[in-house]
Amino acid sequence: MSQQGYVAAPPYSQAQPGMGGYQGGFGAGPAQPLYGHYGGQPQAFTAPPTGIMKSPVSSAAGMPPPPLSSQYSPNIQQNGAHPQRYPAPPASSAYGQPAPSPYNSMASQAPPPTQQLTNQMSAMNMGNYAPGPMQSPPPPAMGQPPMPPGPQSPLMSPPQSPPATMAMGGPPMAGPSMAGPPMAGPPMAGPQMAGPPMAGMGRPFPGPPPPGPGGFQQPGPGAAGPLGYQQQAGPFGGPMTGPQPGMPGGFPGAPGGLAGPPQKKLDADSIPSITQVIGEDQERQGGQVYSTNVRGQVPPLVTTDFSVQDQGNASPRFMRCTTYTLPCTADLAKQCQVPLATIVKPFASLPKNETPLYVVNHGETGPIRCNRCKAYMCPYMQFIDGGRRFQCGFCNCVNEVPVHYFQHLDHMGRRVDFYERPELSLGSYEFAATLEYCKNNKTPNPPAYIFMIDVSYNNIKSGLVKLICEELKTLLENLPREEGTESSAIKVGFVTYNKILHFYNVKSALAQPQMMVVSDTAEMFVPLLDGFLVNYQESRAVIFNLLDQIPDMFADTSESETVFAPVIQAGVEAFKAAECSGKLFIFQSSMPTADAPGKLKNRDDKKLVNTEKEKTLFQPQKGVYEQLSKECVAQGCCVDLFLFPSQYVDLATMGDVPSHTGGSVYKYNNFQVETDGEHFLRDLRKDIQKSIGFDAVMRVRTSTGFRATDFFGAVYMNNTTDIEMAAVDCDKAVTVELKHDDTLSEESGALMQCALLYTTISGQRRLRVHNLSLNCSSQLMELYKSCETDSLINFFAKSAYRAILNQPLKNVREILVNQTAHMLACYRKNCANPSAASQLILPSAMKVLPVYMNSLMKSAPLVGSTELSTDERAHQRLSVMAMGVEDTQLLLYPRLIPLHNMDTSSEAPPAPVRCSEEGLTDAGMFLLENGHSMFLWLGQASPPDLIQSLFNVPSLSHLQGHMSSLPELDNPLSKKVRSIISEVQDKRPNSMKLQIVRQRDKPEMLFRQFLVEDKSLHGGASYMDFLTYVHREIRQLLT
Amino acid sequence: MATYQEFIQQNEDRDGVRFSWNLWPSSRLEATRLVVPVSCLFTPLKERPDLPPVQYEPVLCSRANCKAVLNPLCQVDFRAKIWACNFCFQRNPFPPSYAGISEVNQPAELMPQFSTIEYIVQRGPPAPLIFLYVVDTCLEEEDLQALKESLQMSLSLLPPNALVGLITFGRMVQVHELSCEGIAKSYVFRGTKDLTAKQIQEMLGLTKPGAAGQQGRPPAPQDAAASCKFLQPVHRVDMNLTDLLGELQRDPWPVPQGKRPLRSTGVALSVAVGLLEGTYPNTGARVMLFIGGPPTQGPGMVVGDELKTPIRSWHDIQKDNARHLKKATKYYEAMANRSATNGHSIDIYACALDQTGLLEMKCLSNLTGGHIVMGDSFNTSLFKQTFQRVFSKDYNGDFRMAFGGVLDVKTSRELKVCGAIGPCVSLNSKGPCVSENEMGIGGTSQWKVCSLNPSSTLGMYFEVVNQHNAPVPQGGRGVIQFVTQYQHSNTQKRIRVTTVARNWADAQSQIQHIESSFDQEAAAVLMARLGVFRAESEEGPDVLRWLDRQLIRLCQKFGQFNKDDPTSFRLSESLSLYPQFMFHLRRSPFLQVFNNSPDESSYYRHHFVRQDLTQSLIMIQPILYAYSFHGPPEPVLLDSSSILPDRILLMDTFFQLVIYHGETIAQWRKAGYQEMAEYENFKQLLQAPLDDAQEILQTRFPMPRYIDTEHGGSQARFLLSKVNPSQTHNNLYTWGQETGAPILTDDVSLQVFMDHLKKLAVSSSA
Repeated sequence: MSQQGYVAAPPYSQAQPGMGGYQGGFGAGPAQPLYGHYGGQPQAFTAPPTGIMKSPVSSAAGMPPPPLSSQYSPNIQQNGAHPQRYPAPPASSAYGQPAPSPYNSMASQAPPPTQQLTNQMSAMNMGNYAPGPMQSPPPPAMGQPPMPPGPQSPLMSPPQSPPATMAMGGPPMAGPSMAGPPMAGPPMAGPQMAGPPMAGMGRPFPGPPPPGPGGFQQPGPGAAGPLGYQQQAGPFGGPMTGPQPGMPGGFPGAPGGLAGPPQKKLDADSIPSITQVIGEDQERQGGQVYSTNVRGQVPPLVTTDFSVQDQGNASPRFMRCTTYTLPCTADLAKQCQVPLATIVKPFASLPKNETPLYVVNHGETGPIRCNRCKAYMCPYMQFIDGGRRFQCGFCNCVNEVPVHYFQHLDHMGRRVDFYERPELSLGSYEFAATLEYCKNNKTPNPPAYIFMIDVSYNNIKSGLVKLICEELKTLLENLPREEGTESSAIKVGFVTYNKILHFYNVKSALAQPQMMVVSDTAEMFVPLLDGFLVNYQESRAVIFNLLDQIPDMFADTSESETVFAPVIQAGVEAFKAAECSGKLFIFQSSMPTADAPGKLKNRDDKKLVNTEKEKTLFQPQKGVYEQLSKECVAQGCCVDLFLFPSQYVDLATMGDVPSHTGGSVYKYNNFQVETDGEHFLRDLRKDIQKSIGFDAVMRVRTSTGFRATDFFGAVYMNNTTDIEMAAVDCDKAVTVELKHDDTLSEESGALMQCALLYTTISGQRRLRVHNLSLNCSSQLMELYKSCETDSLINFFAKSAYRAILNQPLKNVREILVNQTAHMLACYRKNCANPSAASQLILPSAMKVLPVYMNSLMKSAPLVGSTELSTDERAHQRLSVMAMGVEDTQLLLYPRLIPLHNMDTSSEAPPAPVRCSEEGLTDAGMFLLENGHSMFLWLGQASPPDLIQSLFNVPSLSHLQGHMSSLPELDNPLSKKVRSIISEVQDKRPNSMKLQIVRQRDKPEMLFRQFLVEDKSLHGGASYMDFLTYVHREIRQLLT
Repeated sequence: MATYQEFIQQNEDRDGVRFSWNLWPSSRLEATRLVVPVSCLFTPLKERPDLPPVQYEPVLCSRANCKAVLNPLCQVDFRAKIWACNFCFQRNPFPPSYAGISEVNQPAELMPQFSTIEYIVQRGPPAPLIFLYVVDTCLEEEDLQALKESLQMSLSLLPPNALVGLITFGRMVQVHELSCEGIAKSYVFRGTKDLTAKQIQEMLGLTKPGAAGQQGRPPAPQDAAASCKFLQPVHRVDMNLTDLLGELQRDPWPVPQGKRPLRSTGVALSVAVGLLEGTYPNTGARVMLFIGGPPTQGPGMVVGDELKTPIRSWHDIQKDNARHLKKATKYYEAMANRSATNGHSIDIYACALDQTGLLEMKCLSNLTGGHIVMGDSFNTSLFKQTFQRVFSKDYNGDFRMAFGGVLDVKTSRELKVCGAIGPCVSLNSKGPCVSENEMGIGGTSQWKVCSLNPSSTLGMYFEVVNQHNAPVPQGGRGVIQFVTQYQHSNTQKRIRVTTVARNWADAQSQIQHIESSFDQEAAAVLMARLGVFRAESEEGPDVLRWLDRQLIRLCQKFGQFNKDDPTSFRLSESLSLYPQFMFHLRRSPFLQVFNNSPDESSYYRHHFVRQDLTQSLIMIQPILYAYSFHGPPEPVLLDSSSILPDRILLMDTFFQLVIYHGETIAQWRKAGYQEMAEYENFKQLLQAPLDDAQEILQTRFPMPRYIDTEHGGSQARFLLSKVNPSQTHNNLYTWGQETGAPILTDDVSLQVFMDHLKKLAVSSSA
């Protein structure tokens, strides 16, 4: 058990709740309804957490034995001081409606005494909130007038009867927005489209069948899987390709629109705003403790600052779902088209005040698992037969409890050591793995980092090599190390290369490093074993010597050709020889054109944009790199690629290996040390110091009735179930699509266990287990209530980005629009009160989905513009594939922070405003960041004193052209702005280069494309246009 | 005229030539009846301190297919300033520079004492000597240390302007860059991959990028050489290289239990050959390969890395059980030929207790004139001193080595050359004097000898072409001219010309003369070379049978006997020793593989076919000296009867030097009499053979194995296996003598051998 003391002792005496107590407690509880319509302030549950409650949890970093009272406060304090311990049931559907009867009946059933406590509790929750919602009208929040409780109000009631026509009618909107080039050809064939996408269920894009001998197989008994797949194939591949060419760009669903008079412009402020939604959630749940003790509970938004207390389900930092209530049947899922997926970020970093994962050791026989489905011991295992056996919550198999693991049960049927064992009471924990979980049954060696520096002419000339060598000297001191150890166990090695490779022997015994040249790039091998991968501390002197000499050695090089595949091959061979896993840091300047395996040629062709063949721009070149990925993954060799191109480098191919090995691709166009040096070094530092696991295999197990079917991420799939990752770091997430096999039961819910087998940085083999339980419902209302837009958009982004490898972009965009419309239409049809068709009604949980969706469709990979570089598009495509929910959210909706009128004395940064030109003011100054780029925008009429205090120049016109950082000035504004910037830099996985743009300057164009609510420069609708268009689609579907 | 003995000696001293017959039979038929062919042992660079080289170009016969060099046997018309070629009879005018010649003012090459003459010629820029060390690092620590020291020492022995290079290998092959400051650089090659010379040169960066593409113009070798970072003048990189050698580590790749280290000798050689080929073609260079075990991977692999499969033995080879033998041999032969073409020689220094694959690799040295040295460990004086002796210098302070030799043989019309046996390769030069009948390496009149030293000796075989019905007229002389062009170790280009002539004799009328002109020593060695040459490709017993038949025929031809009466058989003095040589040759390791590993056989044969006559004879019939109180040291019969208790014996087999203390002497020694002042004489007796042995050790290359043993000592087997087993366990008691030591063997003794020989020689049915 951890030194922090996991749990002292279970308070048997206290845990005697009578069932009746719960009833009462919940009845009086804070079951706050959320309004399911847009426009109203969701009646946030504003009761602030009380001090008493907060303290035990927020001290979790030190984790004093979590007092039982804290863990179990619901049981004993139910009626008392802390009713809000249970967050408001995320229900709004019941509002105004009679309590659904099934809940009552469930509640009335007394659970059998042996039933697991969590089940009891969730059951009770479900049973209890139903009668309650009417009781406490929510207090108004943020000074807006409270919405009268009632049926969903229309989002907008446009005064004119064909309201949706506005989108198309106005000349300013029609052309460039949605009806631009992409739409011009085959327009949305409304009636035809209505049907097919339905069949696709939550799987909008028939991605390439998962690799592996099995191909795409649906072993499930029902025909649903394969059937769905085939049906999908139809609409995307077939009918869509050759629709009515005669249709001149109009939306056939609203023919009148073309003729209609220009629409009165909608008030932009009246349509759903992301900043508002974020702000409200932050207001409501910010700074609070989120306990994971309730099944199917919707967590706060990713943007909200909250802390998590693990009480039996994985923290949302590790796992998030598109919806926390799964539809009970496949039909239902198909009907609503809401994708079912979970986004797993198994190594997510936890804030300081949250307890790191406990490591459980089950002894020599290894972790206790279900004999049938091999699920690991977890809170969903139910102990029966006096503790001698346990029933698996996933497959219901009854297993013997091993003798050494036996423990008596208390009267609740709970093991007496419940609190002493993380695997019984927590959602996330780790097991120490035994030899049988290791490659070749040998304990792994500590991993190694190899730095592979391209020393061709370009990199030498730009000063990059010198920069890297200098930086490595300090950086290597900070290699990640195990908590409590003196130095890092990670070994380091060095390679330089141009069209041949130079390995270095930096054995500590040597006075001078030795260089070994391998020019046989056709068949790469490692020339030395001893002395190549060394402990940095031991060989520091030799390594310093080497790093000092490298820039000089190649100072007069004229070699400009490079190789690439052999470089990776060399790394793999080195790891093979050293029998370890590890990571390669490759610093490459150009496309590998030297005569060697993996030689690339320029295949960038702008003519392909917006054609059927556009997908080839994203497809990696076949052959060497495919095989290389496979070898890398098999050896646990992760590849991080730092690119410094001055022209096209075929990033789609070069990024192929990194994107299959859990690596990242960083790109610095036209790198110059002065302007990009610090930016690059920040990335490098973050990258090296990241917490990371190696040689990982992840498996998602589910309870019966559904299963994981598709996986998106920087991963490699050898078969249909094992997610292999050469390495997985704290920023890499895998999006897992879920599908029904069978009917799910509302009662038992849906369970998921995500188990990750990996090697720690000190070479220990571990199993990290994340458990999550979801609700199931046969009511679509429940599903829509529990949706999570940020997760949805993560899924949509990844599936769309994968789809563009195989089909024309136009199809992909159409599918996105259709599915959006479909989801919303289905809600409208099944959940919303009847209202005029002209009203746009959005489910509360999805009200900002259109903004994100629109932004996604305008993103570089999907937009299909010849002005965007192919590499840039491929780069974004690859990086998104590995992103977690936080990152996609920010990428698709950048933060725009006004800096000109903030309170310099306050701690918090100013609240972001909407990403729209309308938010900008001439006299303002704004910071925009999306996790990859950062802009400081200066309005034309920025007050001189503002400029003076920030830049120390009298006016805007005195500003230097290229600045990548702000001068350090001693005044409150400068300090504040710089602290905001550095805070943002710290928070994001990547470093962002600060670009300073002045209003109406040419570089402002770059900045403008991040204002995602506006029309895009490269062709893409504004938010308003898109919403109008979607609305029309919905109406089509409804009729 | 003096005796033939003196004549032979005089000729050898002057020209380095020993003929089997010093009178030549005048027709082909007669020649074949003589059994031993007209042949000679020729030592091209025999040391001639008394021979000052001349500093001008030789005068050549102007006939295109002759080009013989003006020599003392030519007819010269001093008035007309014309000379007649004694090979083709072409009349040639002297060049203008010879305008002043007359009977009294003759150039050196016309004087009879200059039948051998050496010219220094100016051809091209002086080419440096190149020494490329190819070092195995899969050695025991102690061995590697010793080897490193030897290599470092050798740097000080090299001429300062010589180029040196270093290649090390184990599992990988590393070519070390020597020119660099700072970080030590090396180019690494995979030990399992067979690379072409072009690939190697590309990978080493020796070809200029893009140059290959420019109209296929091959990069000038001089450019490549100038920029070659791998071969540098020793004076410039002395320190660097010393450090580099000092830091040389054992091959770092782990060797699992039950495995041999992975040794990529094949690729290492291929890289070495490729490197020299690309940089210094046709320049004298020595690749010095140091190995501590057999090649175990890649091309040229001799044995797998599993220790449980032992390296091939003669038994395996006879059973056709040697898996890698053919492939490896083929690989090394190809390598040797490439190297020979470029005039680079390859030395092999193999020090290991087990075999190292010399059988497969021998051609590397045999075809390129390189040395093979075989020892147990690099940490022995045998290796250390032998290696040091490679760099020994002559009376002028020049290295006793020469490079890139081309030996051209010209014969007068009655003779044709059949072939040569020695460390050479054919240059496939077909001329009028080339016989169709091949003996040894034939079919050519020119041979390349990549590396030569003063003792390098070739066996040259000729045939008489005159038909029996048109014999050479009496009184005529047959002439042979050897023209050896080579690169002297001081980088000069030199040409040594040796012209020899012998009288023709009618075999019917002058058979006695012919018989007395027989040089039985030279004949024995020449026949032995033919036998060894055959043994390389034929089964052992076949070779022995062939030798036996030649011997019987020779005895029939020259013996005096009554038919079917063995007791009447007599041989004249000039042939008397010949059968005895053959007896010992039959027992020698050159023809017998029993008790020798394939490597040892290859090693012995390698040395046998290149040493001069004296050394070769020692190899065939070791010399035995006896030391006792009964008289001064004396040579004694190589016979078991020579082994007496009160004698110390010193046996020299060329490869071994055995000092054997007889039973009594050994007891005295054990008792420590030599320490006592009153037994000073005993001490001296013990010392005497040591001093003599030391003398031999000083001069012999390679260093012989030095063995000090005594009666009953295990090492005494070296002596016992060599002596004629006149007393064995079979005949000891019937012989009934107390002298000598019985040898436990079933081998026949010389007496038995002779009895059989006589019986067969006199038999009318044979």
